[in-house]
Amino acid sequence: MIFRLKYWMLPIIVGVAVALIVFIAPSGCKKGKIDPFPASDAVAGWQKTSDTRVFAAKDLWQYIDGDAEQYIAAGVVSTTTSDYKFKDQLEAVVDVHTMSDAAGARKILETGQSKDANTVQLGDAGVAYAQSVIFRKGPYLVRIVAYESTPDTLQALMALAHAVEAKLQSHPAAALAI
Amino acid sequence: MNNRREFIKGAATGALLLGSSAAADKMGLADMLDQYTETARSRIVVARDAALHSQGTQLDEKRVLALLDRAIAAYTGHDHPVEAWRRIVPQDKVIGLKVNGLGGKGISTHAALVLAVCERLQQAGVKPGNILVWDRTARDLQACGLTINTDPSRIRCFGSDVAGYEDQPVAFGSANVRLAKILTRECEMVINLPILKDHELAGVTFSMKNMYGVIQRPDQLHSHGCNPGVADLNRIPAIREKVRFTIGDAMSSVYDGGPGFHPERLWYPNALIVGEDRVALDQTAWQMIERKRVEAGVPTLEAAGRPPYYIATAADATHRLGVNDPKRIHLMEI
Repeated sequence: MIFRLKYWMLPIIVGVAVALIVFIAPSGCKKGKIDPFPASDAVAGWQKTSDTRVFAAKDLWQYIDGDAEQYIAAGVVSTTTSDYKFKDQLEAVVDVHTMSDAAGARKILETGQSKDANTVQLGDAGVAYAQSVIFRKGPYLVRIVAYESTPDTLQALMALAHAVEAKLQSHPAAALAI
Repeated sequence: MNNRREFIKGAATGALLLGSSAAADKMGLADMLDQYTETARSRIVVARDAALHSQGTQLDEKRVLALLDRAIAAYTGHDHPVEAWRRIVPQDKVIGLKVNGLGGKGISTHAALVLAVCERLQQAGVKPGNILVWDRTARDLQACGLTINTDPSRIRCFGSDVAGYEDQPVAFGSANVRLAKILTRECEMVINLPILKDHELAGVTFSMKNMYGVIQRPDQLHSHGCNPGVADLNRIPAIREKVRFTIGDAMSSVYDGGPGFHPERLWYPNALIVGEDRVALDQTAWQMIERKRVEAGVPTLEAAGRPPYYIATAADATHRLGVNDPKRIHLMEI
């Protein structure tokens, strides 16, 4: 049986299409947008202590000055960042850079390593130092840095990193919520 | 040069005249600022205290004032700190303290240094309300551990995000910039309090590069390793004439991966670097970073292809901002 489009059907089809765009697409986008930052107490001991700040690539210099150029060269689309505190012992910052593709995230991770980096099981690849953890997952490059060094610092950072990874894992190619 | 008397005597500028309007009137400010001629020798003091970070990564803040006093005494030849400061600053004008908090909490000008300078300024006769600690934004200042205050009866501390930038740009060479109103309208003199860091683009950020924080769009001067951007910017009269003294924070530093905070490349020179010659200051700072990079087993900035070219540019005949020839820098390490 061959379906033939009749002129009288056109308004109905257009109406259905508009309804899809108005009602379904936004909810789909909301599902696609993710917030990579764990809420306070979502990870034991960690409190989110600042609002999430977002920088488009063209504004990234406002946040990281000259560092911005290497991210731009690697295809950064945007950077989101938030501050955290762990049990009143240490403060940290979480930066999530959304690159245009996984190659950009890989480039930043690999060029930024120093010889004392320890490989860790996080995302597609990750490294850790005494006071920082960096990993990539698809187009995302995550950097978590603590400002203090305590015996618990690395363990605490890894717990937070796993929580961020989990949030990225569930929506591997989604845009970050702004 | 390690003899203090020779150091003071050998300086081409003689006694410190930074705050002396009489001296400025007599010589002409332009003459004073053009003092860095071919025959000039520029004085730099590097004052160290190995015990600043003797307890791991935590700065012993109680030792900072004493280190500052030693540095200023060596630089001025006056053992009494208050007397020394009276020769550095005018007592009846607004003195700006330009810090650097861009790198975040881990690698910003230390609040302990800012507070030490503020204490000595007040003892030297500067009213609290005439001291203005500033940077680009409140966030930068808070990263230094400072508290925002706009009450004019106390030491003021706020950023250009509050005070704004001039509408009319000013230019020199590649720099066509809108200056912070704090610089142009509030401050008679600025003491530069940068923090020593490696810089991905510029090679080194210290005295001259800290002036990127006094303009609205520093990103527009990032090309070609910030060269000649840094030199051109420092040649702009308001910067060149008002920013006359640097107390550089080298108590902690990042020798690689800067200007952001990379704790794995953090290092503790435990030093203050003091001087008037912004080029000589940066030349000295650059050499410190190079020595540390060699020690840490990473390529020198020269070998990495990103030496701070802007330092030589700042010393050239077009800019004449200071001296970069190590033989013509009087370096006193204490």
